[in-house]
Amino acid sequence: MAAETKIDPMHQFQIDPVIGSWAEGNPFVFTNSALWMLIVLASIWVFMMGGMKRELVPGRWQAAVEGVTSFISSMLMTNVGPEGRKYVPWVFTVFMFILFANLIGMMPFGIIPGVHPFTVTSQFTITGILAIISFSIVLIVGFWKHKLHFFSLFVPKGTPFILKLLIVPIEFVSFLVRPFSLALRLFVAMIAGHILIKVFGSFIVSGLNAEGAMGPAISLLSFVFIIGVSALELLVCAIQAYVFALLTSLYINDAVNLH
Amino acid sequence: MPQINQLADVAFSQFFWLLLVLAIIYFGIGRGMLPKILSTVEARDNRVAEDLANAERARSAADEIEAAYRARIEASRGEAVKVTQAAKQATGREAEERVKAADAEIGAKVETAEARIRAATDAALAEIETVASEAAQEMVAKVAGLKVTSARAAKAVKAAMSNG
Repeated sequence: MAAETKIDPMHQFQIDPVIGSWAEGNPFVFTNSALWMLIVLASIWVFMMGGMKRELVPGRWQAAVEGVTSFISSMLMTNVGPEGRKYVPWVFTVFMFILFANLIGMMPFGIIPGVHPFTVTSQFTITGILAIISFSIVLIVGFWKHKLHFFSLFVPKGTPFILKLLIVPIEFVSFLVRPFSLALRLFVAMIAGHILIKVFGSFIVSGLNAEGAMGPAISLLSFVFIIGVSALELLVCAIQAYVFALLTSLYINDAVNLH
Repeated sequence: MPQINQLADVAFSQFFWLLLVLAIIYFGIGRGMLPKILSTVEARDNRVAEDLANAERARSAADEIEAAYRARIEASRGEAVKVTQAAKQATGREAEERVKAADAEIGAKVETAEARIRAATDAALAEIETVASEAAQEMVAKVAGLKVTSARAAKAVKAAMSNG
């Protein structure tokens, strides 16, 4: 079974219908992406159910769930203040969805025949929607609370007039770039890690198929490298979820408190 | 890159399923479970704070009780010292009185005894004098053949005895 077919590191990002086909013209086709989103949802649900025992002395599971929820609520408390309580559900949703999607995408489900793991957050359609929703919350809350005063966000206090001419456009552009940076950061981090692992995985296969002593040596080296990259990627999974949640809460703070 | 190549095909499906999943997480977990879990944590924190406050209160109460106990012990110890001192003094006085009384009794006894002794001595002396004067009379009568009156004999004896 020499891998004559070329290993395509991008194939893992392919979205295919699980039920039906593209040709049917159904825009809401149930794809492998949707399937893994539902798996993420189910995992989060099961995880959270463990925290619903509501005992006075928590067990390990309940303590873990309470640790995550307290982490998010204290993040909003410190960054936004008491008003941040209202935004805990959304930031929690974003954090949990990204964290679980990232981690489930990293799990080696591929060793089970017929199962093709899929990382939901490696699609910019997904990260884009998440970023747009977060950004919309900022815009809606900002204009709702401060009306047109919200534009004072772009004018730092105590700036000389000449500098204002320069700074206001820069602030405005950096504000508009926020949803893109939010979406692309997560998307790029996930896709880069997965491509890297896949490329080194293909090195192992082609190293074993190659003739001569160099092949197995390269395979071994690639394998060691994959272990390191996988560990790093697990870290990145958590960091990206944290960064997304943290930036969302910082942007909400801008909208609520205007600097 | 499949993400770009497939964009037109998958966009609607992706948006639909993502929004569905996010809505379920947001409303089911974020708004349903999360507040309950947070309120559990908060209730526990309150409970712990309350318990700590209760413990603090109990400790200060215990301290107060101990202080009161100490004060009472101190007071009763002082009282006990006073009582023992008084008792000691009382018993001392009583003993002294009894000793004095016994002393006086003994003194009286001694005096009467002395008086008796004196009387006995006097009687004895007197007896001796009469015996001596009779003996002197007889001796004089026998030696000198003189008859001496008892009065003179007695006088002579008295003189000799007071000289002797």
